[in-house]
Amino acid sequence: MSAEVERIILAGFGGQGILFLGKVLAEAGMRNGKHVSWIPSYGPEMRGGTANCTVIISEHPIASPLVTVPDTVIAMNRPSVAKFNVRIKAGGMLMYNSSLIERQEFRDDIRLVEIPASEIADELGNARVANLVMAGAYAKFSKLIDYDEMVKALPQLIPASKKELAEINLAAFERGYQFVKEKKYMFGRYVYSVFKGI
Amino acid sequence: MADKVLMKGNEVIGEAAVLAGCRYYFGYPITPQSELPAYLARRLPEVEGVFLQAESEVAAINMVYGAASAGARVMTSSSSPGVSLKQEGLSYIAGAEMPCVVVNVVRGGPGLGNISPAQSDYWQATRGGGHGDYRTLVLAPNSVQEMADMTIAAFELADRFRNPVLLLVDGILGQMMEPVQLPAPTTYDINQKPWALGNPNPRKGGRNLCSTIFLDVEQLEEHNWHLYQKYQVVTDEFAKGAYKHLAVETHAVDDAEIVLVGYGIISRILKTVVEKARKRGIKAGLVRPKTLWPFPSQVLADLAAKTKQFLVVEMSCGQMVEDVKLAVDGKKPVFFFGRTGGTVPSDFEILNEVDKLVRPD
Repeated sequence: MSAEVERIILAGFGGQGILFLGKVLAEAGMRNGKHVSWIPSYGPEMRGGTANCTVIISEHPIASPLVTVPDTVIAMNRPSVAKFNVRIKAGGMLMYNSSLIERQEFRDDIRLVEIPASEIADELGNARVANLVMAGAYAKFSKLIDYDEMVKALPQLIPASKKELAEINLAAFERGYQFVKEKKYMFGRYVYSVFKGI
Repeated sequence: MADKVLMKGNEVIGEAAVLAGCRYYFGYPITPQSELPAYLARRLPEVEGVFLQAESEVAAINMVYGAASAGARVMTSSSSPGVSLKQEGLSYIAGAEMPCVVVNVVRGGPGLGNISPAQSDYWQATRGGGHGDYRTLVLAPNSVQEMADMTIAAFELADRFRNPVLLLVDGILGQMMEPVQLPAPTTYDINQKPWALGNPNPRKGGRNLCSTIFLDVEQLEEHNWHLYQKYQVVTDEFAKGAYKHLAVETHAVDDAEIVLVGYGIISRILKTVVEKARKRGIKAGLVRPKTLWPFPSQVLADLAAKTKQFLVVEMSCGQMVEDVKLAVDGKKPVFFFGRTGGTVPSDFEILNEVDKLVRPD
C-alpha cells in the first residue's frame, strides 16, 4: 500500500452501513492530519439495494476525488465483488466479507483479504456492526490511519440517536483490527492468500 | 480557529448561509440537493430563523422576493428542473434589484433528466435564465471548503450589487464530504438596507417601493439601462481584480502548450490530468473559472498569446466553451470534450483527448 495516498471503493447492500464505514475511514484520515474526500453513490442503484462510496486519504491535497482504479475495494456482499473486482489496481487489495462471499478465483494479481465480518459482528451480538469490523481490519493495513487516534474518536461519530451502539461499534472496530493483527498478515504482491475461520 | 469538520457539501452551504446571517430559507425538496433544506429545517429554528417548505419552487422563489424586499438575507435552493421553475421569480427579483442567493445543485437534463451530476445549466445560469435584460452573478466552487467560502461571498456580493447571486454546484460536490473549516459568524442587521420596504424614503414620497412594473416605455428603458450600467460596474470590478480570490484559478499555465479549461468538479479532474500529462512530457496547464459571470475572459485572452491551444471540458454538450471562444477571440484553436446525461469523464479519457491534440499523429 502506497504511503502517500489510499484510494478506496466500499460497496455492499443498502443497510450494511457502507456510507458510514466510508465516513469512519475518512474521519480517521482527517483526524490523522491527512487530506480526505468521500463521495457516495446517490443514484438510483442506491434504491435498488447496493450502495457504494469512494474514499481517498492522502498526504497531499486531493485533485480529483473520483476514483476509476482503486487501490483497495472493500466488498460487503457478492454483487459488489462482481462490480468492482476488475477495477482494482494491479497489486491492490480486495478485502471482502467472507461470511457472505465464498472464496473463488478472483484475480491473481491482487491481494485477497478475507474477513468474516458478519460472523464477528454476530458474535458481538449485532450483525449490523460488520461494517465497523471491516473498518478496523482496514485500519491495520492503512499507513494513513492512526488506530489509537481512531479508537478515541469513534464514539463521537455515532449519532446521538444511536449512542447505545457506541460501545459495540468500538468493539467491532477493535475486533477487526485484532483479527488482521493475529493472522500475522505476511503475504506480498501477487500472492494468493487466505484467512479462514476466526 | 475552529477545527476542521467532515461535512457534506449541501450541508455546508446551509451552515455557511446561517453564518452569513441568512435567517430565511424557502425551498422545495429535490435530489441531489435535499440535504440542504433538511439541514436548514433543523438549523434555522435554532437561530430564530424561518425554514419554510413551500408548496412549489415557484412559490419558494417568490417568498425569497418578499423576504429580500424586506431587507433580509434570504436563500433558496433546488436542482435543475426546480431552478427552471424559479426563473420567472428570478427575473422579477433581478428587475427589482433584490439581493438573494439561489443555489443550483445541477443534475442531468433536459426535462426531468436524472439525478446524476451535470453542468448543463451553464447557459441558464450565466445568460439570465428568465425573461428580460438582466444578469445574475454566478459562483462555481470546486470543493466543500469553497462551498462554505463562496456561500458567504455570495451573500456579500448580493448585498453589494443588489442582485441575485447564483451558486452553481454539481451533484457530486453537493453529495461529497471533505474537511471544512467554517468561518466565524457574521452579524447581520435586517434594518441596515435603506431601500428596503418599511424604511422611510423621503425622496420618493415617504415610502420605499419594490416593483418591476414600468408601463411607460421611457421609464422601462431608463430602468434597463440603469441595470445594464450596474452589470458594467460588476464586470469592471471583477476585471480590475477587486474579487481576485473569487474570479479565477490558474495552474501550471506559464509554459503550457495546451491549456485545459473547466469549472466545478471537472476542474479537480483536470488538475489530475495536468499532473499525468506533465509526467508524459506534455506541458499542460489549467484555467478554472471560479466566477462564471462575470467570466474571467482576460486571463484566457492573455494566455491565447502564449499557449498553442485550448481544451474545454464540461459535463455538458458544450456551453462554457462559447465563453472561452469569445475570450480567445480566434487567436488560438479552442477544442471541446464533454460527457453528458450524468456521466462524469475520467482522467484517462480526458488525457487521451489531450494526447490526440498534442500528438495528432
